[in-house]
Amino acid sequence: MKILVCISKTPDTTAKIAFADNNTKFAPEGVQWIINPYDEWYALVRAIELKEADPATVLHLINVGTADSDPIIRKALALGGEEAIRVNSDHADPYFIAAQIAAVAKEGGYDLVLTGKETIDYNGSSIGGMLAEILDLPYISHALKLDLQGSEVTTVREIEGGEETNKVSLPLVVSCQKGMAEQRIPNMKGIMGARSKPLKVVEPVAADTLTSIRNFEMPPAKAGVKLVDAEHPEELVRLLHEEAKAI
Amino acid sequence: MSVLVFIDQADGQFKKSSLEAAAYGAAVAKAMGSKAEAVVLGNITEDAASLGQYGISKVFTAANATLDTVDAQVYTDVLAQAVEKSGADVIIFTNNSTAKAVAPRLSARLKAGLVAGAVALPEINGGFSVKKTVFSGKAFAHVNIETAKKIISLNPNSYHAAAGEAVTATVEAFEPAIKAGKVQLVSQNKISGEIPLSEAEIVVSGGRGLKGPENWGMIEELAKLLGAATACSRPVADVHWRPHHEHVGQTGLAIAPNLYIAVGISGAIQHLAGVNRSKVIVVINKDKEAPFFKAADYGIVGDAFEVMPKIIEAVKKLKGVA
Repeated sequence: MKILVCISKTPDTTAKIAFADNNTKFAPEGVQWIINPYDEWYALVRAIELKEADPATVLHLINVGTADSDPIIRKALALGGEEAIRVNSDHADPYFIAAQIAAVAKEGGYDLVLTGKETIDYNGSSIGGMLAEILDLPYISHALKLDLQGSEVTTVREIEGGEETNKVSLPLVVSCQKGMAEQRIPNMKGIMGARSKPLKVVEPVAADTLTSIRNFEMPPAKAGVKLVDAEHPEELVRLLHEEAKAI
Repeated sequence: MSVLVFIDQADGQFKKSSLEAAAYGAAVAKAMGSKAEAVVLGNITEDAASLGQYGISKVFTAANATLDTVDAQVYTDVLAQAVEKSGADVIIFTNNSTAKAVAPRLSARLKAGLVAGAVALPEINGGFSVKKTVFSGKAFAHVNIETAKKIISLNPNSYHAAAGEAVTATVEAFEPAIKAGKVQLVSQNKISGEIPLSEAEIVVSGGRGLKGPENWGMIEELAKLLGAATACSRPVADVHWRPHHEHVGQTGLAIAPNLYIAVGISGAIQHLAGVNRSKVIVVINKDKEAPFFKAADYGIVGDAFEVMPKIIEAVKKLKGVA
């Protein structure tokens, strides 16, 4: 059993978002970088649990990024996994990225590829689906549970208006969300051990780019809050009805 | 350069967000001097021709029971056939769970650039650029689609469904080749009787300030009176006062209702990220320093346990409920 977990580098959830170069680039000054929470808390930790249940499991991590990703890859290796592969590219187009992961997944013969349900920077929810299509594999999106019995996988995923339980055979691509596992904190042994784990850097394969970011824009600032006296909350209801026309 | 809108359905009914996608698709077609068509998969109880009200001139239907459940691989295969049949260059989804499973696959299949989470009509002067949310609602990006075929997945509540111009729609049963799916359905558990959070026009949300799950009665009562969905902040979901699917914020669901009422939520940056596209934000918090007030349109600095019953009374009066 070989598992590949996709790890993306994103700004910390509390990071102040700002842009540079005439709003064409994200401004990284003062930003703390983290492993995309969905990749770390759910995809990676669930993969680690599967390996704990079956120590013969091979668990590798993949990131598509520049050397700037190395610290978060080491952090992921401190949680678990034997080795990481970094495809050396700064492309942001989801199809290009999916094609890189697909090339590594195919060559490595992985049975299960896990991603987070989305990244908290581009919010595209695209990589898992594109990857599955390129590899011609079934895809379970937004999974909350994943259990293995041999090569049979049982998943629970989010669907419109509820949840759905499915059975499917490996090989498979799954995107993971809350419910799948609980966040872990790396321990000292893990952090020390991560330093000597292999981090292979490979060059990207040729792939199409389907989209590009023209520019960014910040939302308009709010005009300011209109406070209503706590003794007269009915005034709020009147304002919402007559002024805001929201109820 | 025609447009094809995928109309998602639930239990045979068109979803409200799909009707928004239909109206949006019609507006895109109009801007390109072209026509908008739609495709509906699975068995429906609605009249497919009713999509004409939203500017859709032709509806392709495939009333096959296999398509009543969403297998991303099967759907992609069928939608690729629908795209070929209609000759569409622009394909529109509503950005819900179905689209998140299917649109990326279709994008890879057709080599059609995808913008997921669109919030406005594309700019098509010369290029083709679509505005979408990024950084979990803290900013927007304008994304150029550089391929001949293009896919846009429109965020719910971003485009008004009634904005289309009515036309007469023809309905054509298209008979796609359907391959057997590899994913076997075991069971479905649908939450009935609740308004889906992503589609709700009004959301009433509670945070830690409510002190315990037993105090959610007033949130639910106000929500019911307003026809609203209920939501909560992350700490509340983490301690299991409320189910995870109600968690809105950066690592939960990002929503954009017309009205968001936050009760006892301080407004951490991660929470704001998930709700700051709401058109009107109301904050009720006893701490006047709560950061949420900076992002709010209306606020009451006061104790929720005293304020909420009075609001509920006033809404009852407004709605004529005894």
